[in-house]
Amino acid sequence: MGLAKRIIPCLDVTNGRVVKGVNFIALQDAGDPVEISRRYDEQGADELIFLDITASSDNRSLILHIVEEVAAQVFIPLTVGGGVRHVEDVRRLLNAGADKVSINTSAVQNPQLVADAAGRYGAQCIVVAIDAKQVRDTDTESVKWEVFTHGGRKATGLDAVEWAKEMQLLGAGEILLTSMDRDGTRSGFDLALIRAVSDTVDIPVIASGGVGNLDHLVEGILQGHADAVLAASIFHYGEYTVYQAKEYMAQHRIEVRL
Amino acid sequence: MADIAIVDYGMGNLHSVSKALEHVAPNASIVVTSDPVVIREAARVVFPGQGAMLNCMKEMDARGLRGAVLEAAGSKPFLGICIGLQMLFEMSEEGNVKGLGILPGKVIRFPNLSMVDTSEQKLKVPHMGWNQVHQSAEHPMWKGIAKDARFYFVHSYFVETADPDPAVAYSFYPFPFTCAVARDNIFAVQFHPEKSNMVGLTLLNNFVQWEPF
Repeated sequence: MGLAKRIIPCLDVTNGRVVKGVNFIALQDAGDPVEISRRYDEQGADELIFLDITASSDNRSLILHIVEEVAAQVFIPLTVGGGVRHVEDVRRLLNAGADKVSINTSAVQNPQLVADAAGRYGAQCIVVAIDAKQVRDTDTESVKWEVFTHGGRKATGLDAVEWAKEMQLLGAGEILLTSMDRDGTRSGFDLALIRAVSDTVDIPVIASGGVGNLDHLVEGILQGHADAVLAASIFHYGEYTVYQAKEYMAQHRIEVRL
Repeated sequence: MADIAIVDYGMGNLHSVSKALEHVAPNASIVVTSDPVVIREAARVVFPGQGAMLNCMKEMDARGLRGAVLEAAGSKPFLGICIGLQMLFEMSEEGNVKGLGILPGKVIRFPNLSMVDTSEQKLKVPHMGWNQVHQSAEHPMWKGIAKDARFYFVHSYFVETADPDPAVAYSFYPFPFTCAVARDNIFAVQFHPEKSNMVGLTLLNNFVQWEPF
């Protein structure tokens, strides 16, 4: 009787193909993005996220064609991220058919980009992606999370919870929060991280990184307090369908769109 | 002369609306336009909107589209989407801006600091995702759509209607709010039919077929 929690399959795309890595490296081919998008849509995916992980800018325009093709066939929200540096990049992706654009590294390098893009196109289409890694505060022995950029290669010294708050203030409409420690490990979300951010900000949080089974999705919502859960490999390799994941969540009294 | 004109006043992404309409009406001529003449001549008009209502009103006026929009809203099948619904009302708290004043009521913000769900979890703003649309009045636009079907929403403001109440559907977040309104040839929705999969395409198809007069 209210808003459903969302299940969002994520497609990491490079050179026109969907790939899947472990801890941000060791990429394996997982298929054609348009075909995979159609399949997830049929299975009841609530949204789709495409992350262009092409390292160089050479093949950057490929993602625009993929988004165009998907947007003409799949009528659910599409978020696209990867290599977004200027408001002009946001415009190009929205014009290709993206509904939201995800900003990661550039949000750290140039926070004004988030403000400018949200001011121009509205907070609802600006997602800030945060890649976070657990660090232990040597003074207090308490657990914290540091923001990393450049696909997880560069430490920033920023605290992930504070950073999320700052991004909300600048105009982000949603946070895509990935635990680098858990990404690709299939050992479940970093629930303490997800909950720390989700309980702090007033905008929706998508939990990401570490899903290996359906219980992990349930935990992300019930213990992590996430508004949406993202998964890739459990869907890409056909272990579970999105529909099965939703049925399982519904059995655990989580409101989903079935 | 276009079958369907989608009003473009430079605010956000009209690609999705246009693609979804092309999908349900492959033989119709559908144009995204900021030309008042094209809007005046079109058989049907879709009035979308994204971002802040203050900017939407400004950009609409900067393009000299107010007259054509008012005329369309008074004369032919007219579909407002998201901020396109909000702009039809008298005023919005968002930037304290006057709307078109076609329908009675005002646009206010979700009080997110005090909103929790039944398990005491904080409710976020924007209200983003798939929520149930409870139809409170019969309408040809609801044809083939279940009474509590889920549509995709993304918004931080909603309309508080006044009498004579144009509301035809409501949703809960966590309290009931109006998510669709109708009067004569006008139908407007807070959610995004173009992003609501089959159920959204059904609504758009109903709009393409709708003969209010």
